[in-house]
Amino acid sequence: MEPIPYSDSYLRGILERTRVIAMVGASTNVRRPSYFAYKYLRERGFRVIPVNPPAAGTDLLGETVVADLESIDVPVDMVDIFRRSEEAGVITDSAIRIGAKTVWMQLGIRNDEAAARAEAAGLNVIMNRCPKIECGRLYGELGWGGINSGLFSNRRRPLRTRTKLT
Amino acid sequence: MIDSEAPLEFGFETRAVHAGAAPDPATGARTTPIYQSVGFVFDDVDHAQSLFNLQDFGFIYGRITNPTVSVLEERVANLEGGRGAVACASGHAAQQLALYPLMQSGDEFVASRYLYGGSITQFTHTFRRFGWQVAFADPGDEAAVRAAITERTKCLFVESLANPGGIIVDVERMAAIAHEHGIPLIVDNTMATPWLHRPFEYGADIVVHSLTKFMGGHGSSLGGVVVESGKFDWFASDRFPAMTEPTPSYHGLRFAETFGDFAYTMKVRADALRDLGPALAPQNAFHILTGIETLPLRMERHVANAQAVAEYLEQHPAVAWVSYAGLPSSPYADLAEKYFSKGPGAVFTFGVRGGYEAGVRLVEHVQIFSHLANIGDTRSLIIHPASTTHNQLTDDQKIAAGAGPDVVRLSVGLETVDDLLRDLDQALGGV
Ligand SMILES: Cc1ncc(COP(=O)(O)O)c(C=O)c1O
Repeated sequence: MEPIPYSDSYLRGILERTRVIAMVGASTNVRRPSYFAYKYLRERGFRVIPVNPPAAGTDLLGETVVADLESIDVPVDMVDIFRRSEEAGVITDSAIRIGAKTVWMQLGIRNDEAAARAEAAGLNVIMNRCPKIECGRLYGELGWGGINSGLFSNRRRPLRTRTKLT
Repeated sequence: MIDSEAPLEFGFETRAVHAGAAPDPATGARTTPIYQSVGFVFDDVDHAQSLFNLQDFGFIYGRITNPTVSVLEERVANLEGGRGAVACASGHAAQQLALYPLMQSGDEFVASRYLYGGSITQFTHTFRRFGWQVAFADPGDEAAVRAAITERTKCLFVESLANPGGIIVDVERMAAIAHEHGIPLIVDNTMATPWLHRPFEYGADIVVHSLTKFMGGHGSSLGGVVVESGKFDWFASDRFPAMTEPTPSYHGLRFAETFGDFAYTMKVRADALRDLGPALAPQNAFHILTGIETLPLRMERHVANAQAVAEYLEQHPAVAWVSYAGLPSSPYADLAEKYFSKGPGAVFTFGVRGGYEAGVRLVEHVQIFSHLANIGDTRSLIIHPASTTHNQLTDDQKIAAGAGPDVVRLSVGLETVDDLLRDLDQALGGV
C-alpha cells in the first residue's frame, strides 16, 4: 500500500491535541503489534482505552477492555483502528457518533469512503500509518533505530518523555 | 483531511550535512557528540522490558545501538533515499549482516562476477562454510543471471560500479530480474556513493556500503552500513521465513508484520548485529559522519581529477590501455551516461607497457601516489594487484580476476591534478 502524504505539522498537531485514544482491536496478546502500540502510547502520556469485544471486561495494564466505542464513558479524542479495512467503515461511523475528533487507521488499513464520511463530519483522518511510529518519529526517537525520520532541526528537539505508569 | 502543505524536500548537500542530526537535546551541542558509553540506564524494570522486547524506542547496549552511530545510520538512509539503515564495523561485516536475515543454511545467492576481490573470497570460502552457496554470473549476460537463479536463491548481489573499476552494472535490469524471481536486489554502492548514484531509484531493495572508502573519505576509519528501501514485500512468498515467521528469540515476534516497511532494518539490528556482533565504534561513526558532510564537494573533485588522470594516461606512450567508464572508448560509456551523469567514480585500472616488471617499477617510483591497499582516500593511491593482492594466483587466474601482470589500479585523490599527472609521468618515464 502506497504511503499517503501527511505533513509533519498536521500529524504533530493531532498528537498534541489528543489525550484519550480508543484503540479498536487492542490485543491482550503481548506479541501482537497492537499490544506494542498500546503499551507505548500509554507510556507517552496518552490514556488508551482498549476496545476488543471478545476480551471485554478483562484488565489490560490497568485499563478495563470495553466491547465497543459506545461503552466508553469519557470523551474520546482519537479512535485508532487496528481492524481490517472493510471493518473500518462501521468503526468510523461509531467514532463520528461518539464525537471523536480524529480517526486514525493503522498501517495497511485504508477505507476512503469511511474517511470521506469522517471528514464531512469534521473529523481529522489519517490512514495507513501507526501512531506509535509517527509519535516516535516526530519526537526524535525513531531515528535512534537508524530509521530515516525526514526530520531536520536547528533547535533542540523536545523529547516526549516517558511517563511511569503504576 | 490530507494537509496540502508538502513535506519539505531538502537538497543532497543540505542532507549530507544535517540528516539524522540535531542539536543535542540535553546540552545543545551542535556537532553530533561522541557518546562513548557502552550501557544506557533503564528508568525501571518495565522500561527495560519494553526495550528488550522491541516495544519501545531507546538505547540498551552499545553492540545494538549507540546515539552517535544512530545519527550516521539515519544520515546514510536519508542520502540513499532509504527507509532505515544499520551501521557496522566494516564493509565486509555489512555484507554478512545484509545476507543474514535472508539466508538459511543450504540457501543460495547469485552474485556478480565483478566484485571487490575480498568480497569474492568472502562469498566463495567463508559464506560457504555457513551453508550459503554463491553462484557467480556476468551481470552483462542476463540469460546467465537468470539461469543461475534457483528455487533456493534468496537474493542477487552486485556492485553498481565495480572495484577495481571501469565496469558499470545495469542496476535497473538486475532489479527487474530479481523481482521476476521474487527476490531482493542487494547493491554494494561503495565505489559510487549516493552522490554519484542511488540504486533505490532504479529498483534495488537493499544497499550496502563500505563506509571505509569515499563516504568516510579520509582513510582513517573502517565502517559499513546496510540500508533498506522499505519497498520489498516479504509476505509475497514463503521464501523469507526469518522475516515473516515468529522469531523464537523475541517471544515469537513476526518482524515483517510488526515493523512494516522497516522490518528488515529491525531484523538486521535485532538479530544479525546483536548476535554476530560487528558493532561500529562511536568514534569511527563520528569520523565517518564528519567525512560525509563534505561528500558532495569531495566527490566532485575526485571524479574531476580521475577523469583528467584517465584522459592523460590514455594518450601516454607507456600506457597500453585505460579502463575508466568516463572515457568515450569505454564499453560502459552508455551505462555511465545513464547511471553516472556526475562521473563514474575515481577508481580505475590501466595497463602499463612492459608487463609485470613495469608495473612493479611504476608503484615503486611514484612520489605522491601512496602504494597501499585501499581506495577512497583524500590521498591518491596506487596498487599493482599482480605483485600484491593477487600474488598467490596463477597467471591465468590473475588475468581472469582482472589482475593481469600489467594491471595497475588507481584511486584518484584530491591533490592538485597537475601534480598527479607529473607524478605518474615521471614514474612511467622510469618504466
Ligand atoms: C566495493 C567494496 N566493497 C566492500 C569492501 C569491504 O570493505 P571493508 O574493507 O570496509 O570491510 C571494499 C573494500 O575494499 C570494497 O572496495
